[in-house]
Parts: sequence; C-alpha cells; structure tokens
Amino acid sequence: MDKEIKSRLRKWQEEKDKLRDRPVKFTTVSNLPVNDLYTPVDLEDFDYLRDLSLPGEYPYTRGVQRNMYRGRLWTMRQFAGFATARESNERYKFLLERGQTGLSVAFDMPTIMGFDSDHPRALGEVGRVGVAIDSLADMEVLFSGIPLDKVSTSMTINAPAAVIWAMYLATGEKQGVPPQKLTGTIQNDILKEYIAQKSWIFPPGPSMRLITDIFAFASRHVPKWNTVSISGYHIREAGSTAVQELAFTLADGFAYVEAGIAAGLKVDDFAPRLSFFFNSHADFFEEIAKYRAARRIWARRMKEKYGARDPRSLLLRFHTQTAGCSLTAQQPENNIVRTAFQALSAVLGGTQSLHTNSMDETLALPSEKAVQIALRTQQIIAHETGAANVIDPLAGSYFIESFTNKMEEEAEKYFAEIDRRGGVLAAIDQNFFQQEIADAAYIYQRAIDTKERIQVGVNEFVDQNETLDIELLKIDPQIEKNQVAGVKKLRETRDNILVREALENLRRAAAGTENLMPYILDAVKAYSTEGEIIQVLREVFGEYKEKPTF
Amino acid sequence: MAEKKIRVLVAKPGLDGHDRGARVIARALRDAGMEVVYTGLHQTPEQIVEAAIQEDVDVVGLSILSGAHMTLFPRICELLKENDAEDIIVMGGGTIPDEDVKELKNCGFAEEIFTPGTPLDAIVDWIRTRLEA
Repeated sequence: MDKEIKSRLRKWQEEKDKLRDRPVKFTTVSNLPVNDLYTPVDLEDFDYLRDLSLPGEYPYTRGVQRNMYRGRLWTMRQFAGFATARESNERYKFLLERGQTGLSVAFDMPTIMGFDSDHPRALGEVGRVGVAIDSLADMEVLFSGIPLDKVSTSMTINAPAAVIWAMYLATGEKQGVPPQKLTGTIQNDILKEYIAQKSWIFPPGPSMRLITDIFAFASRHVPKWNTVSISGYHIREAGSTAVQELAFTLADGFAYVEAGIAAGLKVDDFAPRLSFFFNSHADFFEEIAKYRAARRIWARRMKEKYGARDPRSLLLRFHTQTAGCSLTAQQPENNIVRTAFQALSAVLGGTQSLHTNSMDETLALPSEKAVQIALRTQQIIAHETGAANVIDPLAGSYFIESFTNKMEEEAEKYFAEIDRRGGVLAAIDQNFFQQEIADAAYIYQRAIDTKERIQVGVNEFVDQNETLDIELLKIDPQIEKNQVAGVKKLRETRDNILVREALENLRRAAAGTENLMPYILDAVKAYSTEGEIIQVLREVFGEYKEKPTF
Repeated sequence: MAEKKIRVLVAKPGLDGHDRGARVIARALRDAGMEVVYTGLHQTPEQIVEAAIQEDVDVVGLSILSGAHMTLFPRICELLKENDAEDIIVMGGGTIPDEDVKELKNCGFAEEIFTPGTPLDAIVDWIRTRLEA
C-alpha cells in the first residue's frame, strides 16, 4: 500500500507542479517552510504508542489528563493589575463576577524591580503597567473579600518572587487559610529574564539559590503551589521563533531541575510543582504542534535523563497567553479576531489555563469593555465551538504529527548547541539566546516592512482615514502620590525595631547557606517593605549587569 | 569626500525590559549607515543625557513601553537644556497613546514619536530629512 501511495503521490506532484502557486513564500510565522501537502509518507516511522499513546499516558503528547476538558475546562485566567491594590481588587471582583475562574496579578515595574513606590527610580512608573505593592499592607487590600482557599492566584513576579510570595502566604494566614490549602503559581523564572524579559535584580548564582529555596520550602509547607512557571511567553514576545521559544523554555526547565538536584532535593519532591507558560502566536498549526512536542520532550527527558519516577514529575502543565506582539495598533478591533484564533490553537494544544489579550493592549492597559470581550472569547470557544468535546482532536493529522516531530527535532538541535556552550547559564553569558532572538525579531520586522509577510491593517488593507474610536484606560497621576504617601506612613506607624531585627537576621542568613524563606516571611510579617528586603539582598548578593548589544 | 555619519543614541529609560523595539531600530539605523550607540536597559534620564553628550550624537531615540513617557520625555529634555545640549534631536517610540503623542510634541518634549506599525525605513528617512533641514 505504501508503494501505491508513493507512486500516486509522485504523479500528483508532477501534475500539481504544472499549476502556479501564489507568488508568496509558504512558511510559518517563524519562517519555517511548510510543504504543500502531508500524507502517510511523512509519517513512515510513526509509532502510535511510542509517539502519542493516550491522553494522561506517557509520553503525554495527547494531553496531561485522561479526561482533559471533558472533566474540567481550562482555567480562564485574565492577567490584570493596575494603579493601587484598591483599584486592582475591584477589577478582580469584576472578573470573578463575570465567570473568570482564577486570578492573575500584574505588578507595576517598581514592584517587579524591587523598588518601593517612593524610590527615585519609581518616579512616573507607580501603578502604570500593573499594581503597586510595597508591603503586606497592600497585599491584604489586594485580596480583601477574595477567599484565598477558594481561588487560585498566579503572580507574574520573578526577581523578587520570594518576597511577594511571602506576602501572599502571610495574607492567607491573616484570612485564616493555612499554606497547605493555598493554590496558585509564582512565575519565579529568572532564566528567561536574563534571556528575554530583562527584569533581573541579582546575578544568576544567588537568583538560582532563591529559586531552589522556594522549591524546598514549598515542598514542605505549600505543597499545592506551582513554584515556577517556566516561561516561553516573553522569549516569543521578544521576537523568537516558535522553535526557539520551545527549545529555550525547556532548556530553562532542565536547568531548574538540575539546580534542584544540585541543591540536594530529590527530583520527585519538586518536579511535580514545575509549571510552564507558553505564547500562542498567529500561526495556528505551528502552535498546536509546539504544545504537543513540548509535552513529549519534557516527559521523555524527565524520565530518561533525570530519573523521575512520580508520573506527576513527567507532566508538562502549562498556561497560555495569546501573542501581544501579534496585535496591531491599527484597526484594533481586528485584534479580537486574532486573539480568538490564537486562543483556539491553545485549546486544541491542550492548555491548562489561558489568558486572552484585549484588543486595546498595543495602546494602553485594557479597558473593562475590552477585557470582557477577551474573556467572552474564551467562553465562546468553551461552550459554542465544540472544541472542548473531543480530546486532542487534531491527533493523527499528517501535518500536525509531522510538524510535532519537526518541532521536537529542531528543539533537540538547540539542546545540543546549548550543551556544547556549557549549559544555559554559560549560553546566557555568551549572549547566545539574546542574539538568536534579536536576529529573529529583525528578520520578522524586515519581512513586514518589505511586505513579504502581510499584517492586515498595517502593511496591507490599510485604512488611510482611520481614527481611533475605542476608549482607553487612563491611570490618574494622583495614584502615584497616594501610594507614595501610603508607604511613607507605613514606615512611621509600624514597629521599626521588629523590622530592623528581621532585616538583620535576613542579612546574616543571606550571607550563609540557610533557606531564606523563613527569614523573608518574618521580615514581611513585620511589615518591612519589598524595597527594604530586596535592598538587604542586593547588598549581600550584588546586582546583575547586561552587556548591551543589538 | 566622506560625509560625516549621522550619530544616534538609542536609549531605554525606565524600569521595563522590553528591548525588542529598541534593538530592532538600532540595527536598522546601523544598516542604513548611521553610527548607533545603544545604552542598554534601565537607564536613568541623567545617564541617558550624559551618554548623549559624551557620544556627541545628533539624535536621541527613546523607547518607552512602561507607561512612564509623560514623566521621562520632559525630564530628559530638561536635562539636555541644563547641559546646553538642546540641539540634540529627541525622538521616541513605544506604547504611547495618540493623545499623549500630541501633548509631548506640542510641548516640545519630542520632535517625533513613532508608534507600533511604523516601518523601519520611515524612521531612517525621518532622521535624514530632519538633519538635512
């Protein structure tokens, strides 16, 4: 039969080649060539049980649960946060009332970089791109009226993750929720900060120590918490291809596993709490293949290379966000359509949770109306399209399976290159990832400029008389003043002797080798500010500096 | 006779790390034959102005995606003036709403602001035209 197919295919190709294709390059958005047709010939070495197996079974290509969305839909989790804790708390309640099923906190830049709101470097940035959190007092307001034993919370925080997580644990305690019952995720992925997102504070060594301290603390006290969300999202947003996103993210994941093992932890004690975060970009099938390949690669490596025995250690569970960088400032309503396709590919790829971008995000933080449409997009996919009825419905497609294999092969080439360079940290130091991503970003932009790639409304189908008629969210400059006044007042009213003691204990512990989490928790509970805690660690650990290149 | 090359400082003020745009534009300007200095991330207005003067640039390009543009553009212009360097042209780009673009241009805090979707060559052409004038 194979011979028959091959001979028919040859004839078909001869006939087809007489027809003229459109004069465009047939490539994915990542510049990967695609064939005109995929057939059983492309899957000659395919072995169903080895390569796919069944949902919830090794190597988990078809999904991490046996029942996938038949059991429970993905978590609809819109990333939100702006201004002060009070405004963000209102937005969270707005989203929960409209059927959102998990929270996702966006912090402002000073919080992300470990500066209090009254620090000179925070000027003009307080509450702009996320919520300003200076101390436990702000965290208590952020979650007031939201029971932390009922809702899971994801927090996009990296360099100061240990401090913000400690604030969350302390807020839970104040609500009477023990740490064993808290569920959620801290992003806590410093490697992708050096590679792409560039919000670092400390050098790699102490940063990795903080991360393994969190792994160890969580495995004993906060067992349901995802201690890291190993993120490809920002790598992709910085301009990488799909293959680079896949390969660099998984390489970071392996580096965390190796760091945990090197810190004396057993792989099965922390690996089940590792989670992932991917981008969903414009190229529909490429993205689906990426997610499927990611699960298979992770399971194989964890089992074969790192000796994981607990099946939960083999599962690549992931959150997805649609691609902010694919959105256009021109004709912003079109972004609703882009986002819907991207969200559908994440669902067909088996995501565990999803954020859909709002149409106005190239212009400002999302308005309530825009974020509601984004959430409704997920609800339409879940309840109207039928996409959630059948598990991994595209499996067996010649194209999807070939491309899943292709993703895995290309990722393996990058793993070999990273090994050759001495591992992830060495490759960061050599500027390897940063340069690969910058190259891809430049190629993409040139392709848009030369119209080799069409972006609707930007370089084709342009509306010359376009005027913007959607309403944008504005941040009142008064908010910064209020937040600054709040943190100054806190410093006057708290027990400063207790604060000094806690910070000095932390300083001593940081200079040694103990787990830092208990010390950070004590400092947080004494209402030390984030900036004060980070400053102590800065003094002990030093700061990271990047070599600027382009 | 070789013409003097146009010198540009591409700068990232503020705390955010979104350097995709800055790096793509730095490369496009270099490919167009300009001398480009890139500051790297997390620069204060003082550091940027010092670099602009030290590098003797014709143009400073500020890339801001943190929402702090209404603070950072005026501060950098003020410092250029204090250092008698207001002949350096200030342009910028990033996530900046139209309304703010208008205000920044009207107040003279930026000569031009390029928002998402601008072709690279449009920026190159703008700089060349502006310096010929």
